[in-house]
Amino acid sequence: MTTTMEPVRVAVPASRGLLDRVLKMRELAILAVLVLMLAATQIDNSAFLSQQGIKDLLLNATILVLVAVGEAMVVITRNVDLSVGSVLGITAFAAGDFLQGGGNPLLAVVLAVALGAGFGLLNGLLVSIGQVPALVVTLGTLYIIRGIDSIWIGSREITAGVLPTGFIDFGHNGLSALPYLAVLAAAVLVAVAYFLRNYRSGREFYALGSSPEAAGLAGVPVRRRILAAYIACGALAGLAGALYLARFGNVDSGTGSGYELTVVSAVVVGGVAFTGGSGSVYGVALGALLLTSINSVLPSIGVSSVWVQAIDGILLLVAIAVDRILALRVAGILRKRAAETRSARHG
Amino acid sequence: MTQRIAPAGRLGVALAVTATVALGLSACGGTTKSSTDKAASSAPAAAAGSSANPNAPTKTGLTVAFLPKQVNNPYFTISDNGGKAALTTLGESYKEVGTNSGTDTAGQVSYVNTLTQQKVSAIAVSAQDPGALCTALKQAMSNGIKVVTYDSDTNPDCRQLFISQASSEALGRSEVDLLGKQLNYTGDIAILSAAQTATNQNTWIGFMKDELKKPQFAKMKLVKIAYGNDDAQTSFQQTQGLLQQYPNLKGIISPTTVGIKAAAQYLSGSQYKGKVTLTGLGTPNDMRAYVKNGTVQGFELWDPAKLGSLAAYAATALASGQITGATGQTFKAGDLGSFTIGAQGVVVLGAPTVFTAANIDQFHF
Repeated sequence: MTTTMEPVRVAVPASRGLLDRVLKMRELAILAVLVLMLAATQIDNSAFLSQQGIKDLLLNATILVLVAVGEAMVVITRNVDLSVGSVLGITAFAAGDFLQGGGNPLLAVVLAVALGAGFGLLNGLLVSIGQVPALVVTLGTLYIIRGIDSIWIGSREITAGVLPTGFIDFGHNGLSALPYLAVLAAAVLVAVAYFLRNYRSGREFYALGSSPEAAGLAGVPVRRRILAAYIACGALAGLAGALYLARFGNVDSGTGSGYELTVVSAVVVGGVAFTGGSGSVYGVALGALLLTSINSVLPSIGVSSVWVQAIDGILLLVAIAVDRILALRVAGILRKRAAETRSARHG
Repeated sequence: MTQRIAPAGRLGVALAVTATVALGLSACGGTTKSSTDKAASSAPAAAAGSSANPNAPTKTGLTVAFLPKQVNNPYFTISDNGGKAALTTLGESYKEVGTNSGTDTAGQVSYVNTLTQQKVSAIAVSAQDPGALCTALKQAMSNGIKVVTYDSDTNPDCRQLFISQASSEALGRSEVDLLGKQLNYTGDIAILSAAQTATNQNTWIGFMKDELKKPQFAKMKLVKIAYGNDDAQTSFQQTQGLLQQYPNLKGIISPTTVGIKAAAQYLSGSQYKGKVTLTGLGTPNDMRAYVKNGTVQGFELWDPAKLGSLAAYAATALASGQITGATGQTFKAGDLGSFTIGAQGVVVLGAPTVFTAANIDQFHF
């Protein structure tokens, strides 16, 4: 199995260009909506894209981007992880508790990531070995982890006062408009995207999501890949938990409740189909940026926050509609090409 | 590489896993949810009308149940522990039940129904919604259970007493006064509230607006009320929006503990630190860091432990027949002194405490 860890050069046939272009349109569409929205807001309110404004936009998106990228890896394999909100909450508290006792900030982050990966392993084992639908399993772990959280934490909370100043500063400082947290998230994003696109094992995530049976028959180690996806998802939720602590400086037993729905929204808006096997993490990052930016745009132009959820919902429906149309078009292209090949052979 | 287990083995594992998950789920779910329907047929409230005997002895062995808006919420834990301490002193028993979410109104209703079935002596509840609990609470009162609300009230006919943390009027006005002093009574200000439907928030905001009409606030203008839904991220973004939309903003009042700490955390890490004044209602533990680093000059709050304690004394006095909840009756509340019931069954704890760099280290809640 060592060969799987090396990038494979896949020769892309010229005929696939059209297909690639159709699929890329999906990400470009989100980017276009995002740019249009930010530009319009900037025209309305010139303070919006100030240095502080850009920094805030990036910081607001960071945590969601990290969790959504992990979630996307799971969704690509035609599974789902609903426990990410609970994992984020418990890892944030674990990191805070460790720091409160005088721990090293770097170790606190490692601890959060390891704890998250541990919960990911649990989810992955239940889903891959138990062969139980991921929706049910992770709904169960959502409640179990939240329950552990409530019992362990009770009414305790971590406040900014007990955290090292350096750790809190890391949560909002950066190189001019570019916050450290966003740099970290971008590095994770690029690494995951490279893995999914260029490694054999990364491509197998997609194969698995397109058709688990076919992938199994083709020799893809199904269980191992699903396990890996869940561990990565848990670890990223853990990392996000540590960063949440740095950013907000406050964690209690309710932290991260309901976050899974925001994460799933970002994944779907970002173009990862819930039926698995398609989409890219760049799209997901754009989706996350789009969703968090809407929440910044509306207050900035003075629209009441009650509209936020309705707008998020409309975006979701639009994203799903676009995906459906794209899927039909892709299917049409493939059918046409197959017909051409057949007629060429006969003629 | 494709490892397969025999169908029987796989089924076995699947069953085992499903069972584990089901166990976990039932362990973490609430208690009875099925009792909600039974509450529908309820009699009108047994309102104050029967006679009170102020000299009646305080009964012992009563059970007073606290039903906060949210369990494991640090604020309510302090408050309920205050109630527990008071009840222990009096020789009563204490219990606390409640939902994990601050917006699970249906969950609160079913807890009220469960407590009614368990025939507790009194319920002290912080209502998530002024109307939704009414049917269930009236049913409890018609079964002889005394109902006291604290922190957040229901409609007045759905309970016997409301223990108010401070009069809404005093809280609303004093926050404006506090910000006025800090801003030298000049500049644009905004309010960062919780949910748009939160009863207590809206009452306080009403008094804030009224206070701002006074002549000394002529140079202070309320430009916007934003709603952060008591969520850290939303409160962050609403604060950012306020600062972007109103570049001349000088002050923010956040009458919610979640809102004020989120706003303080955002301000302390932004270019606005020290330029925009923040005040409102917060807890000393949450706000200590921001008071010490200069982001916040001062904020205020009542002592939540005293609030819970007063709710416990009031519930005991009701259950002992010393009071019925009628206006003008008085009862004793241990160290807190003697309290008189005001109009509509409201009992006010007292004036809020202002916390500044000078005194914050004396408080630990």
